[in-house]
Amino acid sequence: MTGPLDLGFDFDLRDIVTAVLVLLSALMCFAAGVGLIRFPDVLSRLHAATKPQILGIVAIVADVAVTNPSVGTITLAVAIVFFQSLTAPVSAHMAGRAAYRTGHFRADTLVVDEFTPPPPAARGGR
Amino acid sequence: MIVVVVIAGLLMAAGAVGALWRIIRGPSALDRIIASDVLVATAMCAIGAEMAINRHTDTLPVLLGLALFGIVGSVSVARFLASRDDT
Repeated sequence: MTGPLDLGFDFDLRDIVTAVLVLLSALMCFAAGVGLIRFPDVLSRLHAATKPQILGIVAIVADVAVTNPSVGTITLAVAIVFFQSLTAPVSAHMAGRAAYRTGHFRADTLVVDEFTPPPPAARGGR
Repeated sequence: MIVVVVIAGLLMAAGAVGALWRIIRGPSALDRIIASDVLVATAMCAIGAEMAINRHTDTLPVLLGLALFGIVGSVSVARFLASRDDT
């Protein structure tokens, strides 16, 4: 047994944490790119848009805070996450509302449309 | 460590290319806003990844600035695209 865990290259915990978080964030960005291409209409593309905005940023900022922990870095990291998670819903809401109003969505893929009342026949069950 | 850099770089580049493709092809202006928002978020993730890997925090305020500017653009355009402006 040459060592408890000898993988032939030296690493410490911070490298692993950095690698995992950076890969998670990169995966989120990749998922957003694919989601933007594949999704049929504007409303579903909003799903793809918010992935890197929140999870990507949280992963990266946590990564930066872990690799060089200092009070200034952590407070600025918290500020970044705070502003991003404060403003991303606002922009998603505005874009979604504008998309709904200008009709940029495919009604056949909608499951529930709370804005337009269902035809009277469908109301019978309620 | 270099493997992580290469994989993360390729993934982020692919995400950015997807966003660019949607910007170019996007049928409506809303697609272009959302795609540019994704592009800004991808750029922020790339800057953050470079910071984490090289272990420095010089460009952390850049992240804060991008976090604010990315949203202002999409909110302002979405505001003027809505047909009924009751705000």
